[in-house]
Amino acid sequence: MEYEPIIGLEVHAQLLTKSKIFCGCSTQFGAEPNSHTCPVCMGMPGVLPVLNKKVVEYTVKMALAMHCRINEACNFARKNYFYPDLPKGYQISQYAHPLAEHGYVDIELNGRRKRIGITRIHMEEDAGKLLHDEHIPSSYVDLNRTGVPLIEIVSEPDMQSADEAAAYLRRLHEILVYLEICDGNMEEGSFRCDANISIRLKGETAFGTRTELKNMNSFRNVQRALEYEIKRQEYLLGSGGEVVQETRLWDDAQGATYSMRGKEEAHDYRYFPDPDLVPVVIDNAWIDEVRSSLSELPMEKRERFKQEYQIPLYDAGVLTSSRALADYFEEVAKLSGKPKVASNWIMGDILRFLNEEKRDIASCPILPQSLAELIRLIESGTISGKMAKDIFEDMYRTGHGPKQIIEDKGLVQITDEEELKKAIEEVLAANPVQVEQYRGGKEKLFGYFVGQTMKVTRGKANPALVNELLKKMLAGS
Amino acid sequence: MELNQLTIHELHALIKKREVSSTQIIESVFRQIDAVEKDVHAYVNLMKEYAFAEAARADKCIKEGNIKPLTGIPIALKDILCTKGILTTCGSRILHNYIPPYDATVVEKLREAGAVFTGKVNMDEFAMGSSTETSYFGITRNPWDLERIPGGSSGGSAAAVAADECIASLGSDTGGSIRQPAALCGIVGMKPTYGRVSRFGLIAFASSLDQIGPFTKDVEDCALMMNVIAGYDPLDSTSVPLDVPDYTEFLTRGVDGWTVGIPKEYFIEGIDPEVMEAMKRTITVFERIGVKCVEISLPHTEYCLAVYYIIAPAEASSNLARYDGVKYGFRAQEARDLLEMYKKTRSAGFGAEVKRRIMIGTYALSSGYYDAYYKKASQVRGLVKRDFEEAFTRCDVILTPTSPTPAFTIGEKMDDPLQMYLSDIFTISANLAGIPGISVPCGFTRGGLPIGAQFLAGHFEEGKLIQMASAYEKNANLEKRRPNLSLWSTNRS
Repeated sequence: MEYEPIIGLEVHAQLLTKSKIFCGCSTQFGAEPNSHTCPVCMGMPGVLPVLNKKVVEYTVKMALAMHCRINEACNFARKNYFYPDLPKGYQISQYAHPLAEHGYVDIELNGRRKRIGITRIHMEEDAGKLLHDEHIPSSYVDLNRTGVPLIEIVSEPDMQSADEAAAYLRRLHEILVYLEICDGNMEEGSFRCDANISIRLKGETAFGTRTELKNMNSFRNVQRALEYEIKRQEYLLGSGGEVVQETRLWDDAQGATYSMRGKEEAHDYRYFPDPDLVPVVIDNAWIDEVRSSLSELPMEKRERFKQEYQIPLYDAGVLTSSRALADYFEEVAKLSGKPKVASNWIMGDILRFLNEEKRDIASCPILPQSLAELIRLIESGTISGKMAKDIFEDMYRTGHGPKQIIEDKGLVQITDEEELKKAIEEVLAANPVQVEQYRGGKEKLFGYFVGQTMKVTRGKANPALVNELLKKMLAGS
Repeated sequence: MELNQLTIHELHALIKKREVSSTQIIESVFRQIDAVEKDVHAYVNLMKEYAFAEAARADKCIKEGNIKPLTGIPIALKDILCTKGILTTCGSRILHNYIPPYDATVVEKLREAGAVFTGKVNMDEFAMGSSTETSYFGITRNPWDLERIPGGSSGGSAAAVAADECIASLGSDTGGSIRQPAALCGIVGMKPTYGRVSRFGLIAFASSLDQIGPFTKDVEDCALMMNVIAGYDPLDSTSVPLDVPDYTEFLTRGVDGWTVGIPKEYFIEGIDPEVMEAMKRTITVFERIGVKCVEISLPHTEYCLAVYYIIAPAEASSNLARYDGVKYGFRAQEARDLLEMYKKTRSAGFGAEVKRRIMIGTYALSSGYYDAYYKKASQVRGLVKRDFEEAFTRCDVILTPTSPTPAFTIGEKMDDPLQMYLSDIFTISANLAGIPGISVPCGFTRGGLPIGAQFLAGHFEEGKLIQMASAYEKNANLEKRRPNLSLWSTNRS
């Protein structure tokens, strides 16, 4: 019997607004506990929420990127439950009338494209954090995170493997970061994911009983947890057992999911419209305004790079992995007029150097203009490829432009025929035995003469010219 | 006449003429408090030292000629309004030690207008009640008859004004909590349109119904208080960005040619005969001053109480969830785990009526019941609102009794919640519809208890209410009486 998994994901993304969703407190991560709080986000008696318009704008951006229908009016609802990190005893969220619905996003997996439906996108506030002290029997509450804006993106159950789920997540992550509405930091919890998963016999149309997976704080963990859960459910069904509908937590160390069971399960959230907030009415003119401010999304950019710059899809994929990198590439490509060469330099040398130091493109010491110049110098034959590698290292180290380094080191390529002839004559004179052998048919020795010539010229010789002259001179006299 | 017996406008005139100082006024108020507070118990927290310091400051302003509308006027605040650095209990054990870190918007506005706060006044716990008997801090007595309740939930606000223990006060009205105690204590009380006055800093009972409003000795004072507290507040998303007129301009406009609607559904069995007689006398006054009285219909009236007792408890069950013992207020000791801490805290921290409403509200919002209760109630609420919209195409204001009975005796309805709920039967509809209402004194029972008449108008028509109430006040020729507290005091000692 063959089973197929059905997976739907719920992603919570923290929005990069400066202030919280319903008060003016800072959203900055890592501050002294409870220093970014006020009566409103602390849930003091008598306070009222006031919606931060930036949150609506950012959510509309994501909704547009996900091809969602944006509802003309949406409202906030209260999700009621008791927990010490929830100071009001309810979370302000959206329920019956979310901001956006009925969208989709395309993912790519092994060269195949697949469309994943987006059920809804809604706004809500984050909860605080509990801190436990092992040595004393009490817990502390840090409310800095309380009221930080979140969007929840709910997918349709359209994914059929852990790989697809991971590809979907990466895609969402990429878009959120691209739109500059979320920093995407999974370790700090800016991007979190819960998964709903069930399996059914292939060919079956009804869904099986699903479980909800939580506590997966990296792409890899989402994938591992789903793979584990698919196996677990397959084992259960295959051995005549049943899947229980429940929430399960991923245990990274054990590499397994385990049941949360009990009290957290039994919630009746008693949703109802929040009477402290008025409906959010979004007019089309404003949506158009937001739409026109939308930057090009990664997938469109990838396609464009492939077409416009005639570079392989693989290159386009790497170069569009972040907006800053894509911008960097475009500038180098345009200034140098050699997109593929630019791509090679960026994907090879630049990224290798940056990765070694765990830096990102924004802090790259080589400016796009400098890299373009370097490429132009190679193309014009002013320097050789080998020289360029050395110059590149210096550029990276010093932040100087290539011309300055070439000047400082006297590194201009020798393209003067007479000068090169002299050098070659020197090489041939110093290696009479090898010359004899070459002329006797051992043509493999050609490379040796090239090497020797480069050595004599300290790498400054124009290799094409060296080849040409060597051939003539070895054949000639 | 003692200074504490005067109105805001009378005192303001004297202050302007430099004939009295704020300190003299506050001394007079606290003399009265010292004399009668042990009987009335309007206050839960007297701010004597603060009041005298503020009065001294007001006097400095007066000297400098910086006289604002309420400069030097002693005003009491319902203990549901947050006051920075000053205990705010909401009549509940669960907030018995709560000191807010901020001021309610109305508190800031009153202070900005020069008011001198005398203290925080008593109320039903979390404003849930119609008699001020559910307060954790003891009952408040009606100054007209100390064996009777002052109404509620803003009973302390009403009693303090009626007993001349302050010049005016603020209360809050979710289903009648300003108008009913104003009627039972023989003073003026207004519930403004929902959204007219900022709720920021008003401890929430039912957010879609709550509104802050003034208690005053006459209609002119009501207009003066409204001038100060009304207006849009960016901190309250439900407050409405509309200009606020000068309400005192409505006082002298007259109502000749106006039409008053008398809703037939409000003149029902169960109304006290003396209240009915007072209503008839009120209608006579109107006819005398050229106001036409017509019968109108508000067909969904019979559902109001039911709708209210779904929506208000539902919202309350959520609004009161924050009182969990974690962050502030009362926390029960000796709990073994979190759940037990919650249970013990909330069991001991809330009184019976509050717990009853939390349970009703929790039930009404529960999965499987939401559609039948909360959703249906919200729909019927829409019909109630439409009833009024239609009615106001036929009349300028609507007249009803404020309360079906005069003040009842202490303990009379405490064991019968349904009877207690019925005391708000005429006031609840205005909260459901979001329209403004005012209660003005319209006479006394033969036993000497005050009776109130309620006027209702369309959204943001507070001016019309003031115009009508003022015309009525001028022409009703009601007997001027004050409660005789010294008599009671002697009898009771």
